[in-house]
Amino acid sequence: MTTPEPKREDEHPELVERNARTGLWLFAIYCVIYGGFVGLSAFCPDIIGAKPFGGINLAVIYGFALIGLALALALVYLAFCRRPHAKSGE
Amino acid sequence: MHQHASVLAIAVFGFFVAVVLGMSFWLGRKGNSAQGFYAAHGQIPWFVNGVAFAGDYLSAASFLGICGMIAFFGYDGFLYSIGYLAGWIVALFVIAEPLKRLGRFTFADALDSRFHSRGIKMTAAISTLVVSIFYLIPQMVGAGVLVKPLLGLDHWVGVITVGAVVTVIVVTAGMVSTTWVQFIKGSLLVLFCTLLTIAILARGLTVSPYTQEHGSQHPFAVKPAAEVTAAGAVVPEAGGWVNKPYVRVRAANGSIAVWRKDGDQLSETQTVIVSADKKTTLTNGAADGSLLPVGHISALAGGKSETGPLSPVEFLQSIQDATVVTWSKEVIASPDGEITTIYYQVPTPGAKLMMPGNSSTFKGIQGSLPAIDPAKPTESAAARWKALMSRFDFLSLMIALFCGTASLPHILIRYYTVKDQVSARKSTVVGIAAIGFFYVLTLFLGLGAMTSGTLDPTDSNMSAPLLARSFGDLPFACISAIAFTTVLGTVSGLIMAASGAIVHDLMSNFMKIEMDDHAKVKAGKIAAIAVGIVAMVLGILFAKLNVTFLVGWAFNIAASANLPALIMVLFWRGTTKQGITWAILVGLLSSLGWVLVSKQAFQFVYGRTAAEALDLALVPFSQPAIITIPLGFLTLVVVSLLTRRTGTAAVIAGQRAAAG
Repeated sequence: MTTPEPKREDEHPELVERNARTGLWLFAIYCVIYGGFVGLSAFCPDIIGAKPFGGINLAVIYGFALIGLALALALVYLAFCRRPHAKSGE
Repeated sequence: MHQHASVLAIAVFGFFVAVVLGMSFWLGRKGNSAQGFYAAHGQIPWFVNGVAFAGDYLSAASFLGICGMIAFFGYDGFLYSIGYLAGWIVALFVIAEPLKRLGRFTFADALDSRFHSRGIKMTAAISTLVVSIFYLIPQMVGAGVLVKPLLGLDHWVGVITVGAVVTVIVVTAGMVSTTWVQFIKGSLLVLFCTLLTIAILARGLTVSPYTQEHGSQHPFAVKPAAEVTAAGAVVPEAGGWVNKPYVRVRAANGSIAVWRKDGDQLSETQTVIVSADKKTTLTNGAADGSLLPVGHISALAGGKSETGPLSPVEFLQSIQDATVVTWSKEVIASPDGEITTIYYQVPTPGAKLMMPGNSSTFKGIQGSLPAIDPAKPTESAAARWKALMSRFDFLSLMIALFCGTASLPHILIRYYTVKDQVSARKSTVVGIAAIGFFYVLTLFLGLGAMTSGTLDPTDSNMSAPLLARSFGDLPFACISAIAFTTVLGTVSGLIMAASGAIVHDLMSNFMKIEMDDHAKVKAGKIAAIAVGIVAMVLGILFAKLNVTFLVGWAFNIAASANLPALIMVLFWRGTTKQGITWAILVGLLSSLGWVLVSKQAFQFVYGRTAAEALDLALVPFSQPAIITIPLGFLTLVVVSLLTRRTGTAAVIAGQRAAAG
């Protein structure tokens, strides 16, 4: 195998660890909310069929909310993670 | 339903293919090194890579399958949208950056970065090939389905066309051309689906959508029984027709119309009758007849006949408050061996369609769990068990969709086409935005198709293109051509992943075949051609198979085989190479074995009836992820604990050797 190894990017261990920790927290938040949707859909048809507001049922509202929340958490994560050189001073 | 090819559709299709191929040849000069061929030099801009994620991920199953499922069964298709999108959370928050940091061309690189184990390389490569094949089949069959109405060509021609075009794309510039094809496809798909959704909302809803522009002016009647039977002679019930809810009326010209009983009313049906010797087929009573397009609202709230333009919220409210006529089918055999397939109207409250559980896949989650009846303990316990297993099946599929995305090899390799972790992160966010927006649109597209009088009752996959046809030939041509490029984009990603697994993981790293840069690219191109040929053969062999469930299987297998290894190698220092190897093997074989002896396999692959499949199935539900993902984790932990000493020693030895 003679393909040259690509240059490894610089990484600051503290930043990598902090980003990973933030990601896992956000992942846990989404997991709980996604789990709530799946659980309600499987075991509580009356609740998921209720119309809490706007004349649209909870199944539709919850579904759109999960899609919107994914993007919102992704943007939060993006804002929270700093570029490696900002911390390492490179 | 006959769909005639139009010159415009052929012209637009030809233009799309010419642009894609032209671009591939132009980019061909950039994919000459292994780094260029397999990872586009790691120089794709993060925004382009993000949109390419959408182009890679939004397969025919996403576009045609979800829109079709919503058009036929309502909310159930949207469950897939939610699950597919949620999977990107795992990719962004858990997998993306470490994978980029540790890997090079394939996800096996990341798994193996600490161990340099041939076992890991081999099992990861096998897993990649199995998942890619399961994912390839529905894409290729989808290509055949699309080409038939679009170009008036046979199914196999469509499969060969896609296979040939994709192979050329991959062979010319590997990941460089694949990326740009996916970028173009992702952009066009989101753009045109947005325009189509705006057109649906601007048109609003009506109780009489059957116009010439929509393909047929025939409204489906519901009449008092006496009025129908007075128009001809009622055919006596016999054979399979006994005790069925149908009335057959022979007209003066000898043709027989079948009506379905609905209280004291009869509703019009459509029929396909195949004679006992299979030499004659009558569709709606005529040898040259065709099924008419279907799907309409029978009653809007407040007795209105149409709504006029609607906002997105008003559109959903109006559907929820309306009664929608969906279509179902039943097959009846006459004593003389004649087979009649009846497509009949099913007036359904919109509120029911906007809830999970209308399709056969999710039917079991409707209603509450049945309680144990002390008077009939055995029967009620069996009913409760069956309902519980249906819910487990649903939970398992939703877990597979959530965990599967970040385990799909053709998605993971896209992390190596950007330069660093920051770009990996940013491109994932762009991907989530594009994919999430598209999945929001699927609900409007599907519901629009359901109520526009354009559906083919025999083929849910054509729902989105046929909806576009109701707005004119040009939108139909554009959406069909985009659907075709959808297949191109996803298949090219799958072939790249398979090619990388064969050459980089198996030949170079596992078999230790010495190859210089040029030889590695050449081997990659030959592997791509071989995988392309396999894909074409499978696409033709499985032409008659209902293949949408295969995508669900691919997610189950990918999540079971790859996710435990990916997560644990990143987050548990006690992981050993044996643990990873066995976790992949056990996850792969257990999930594969499970799906092959499931009810779904007996029904859709082995051709048994639903009742027979239920009896023959060896596992209590069809989707294995809820069992096999934890099994993969358990295997990894147990094997790692058992081999920890030797694993650690091997790592230390490896580090010493590397240090010289």
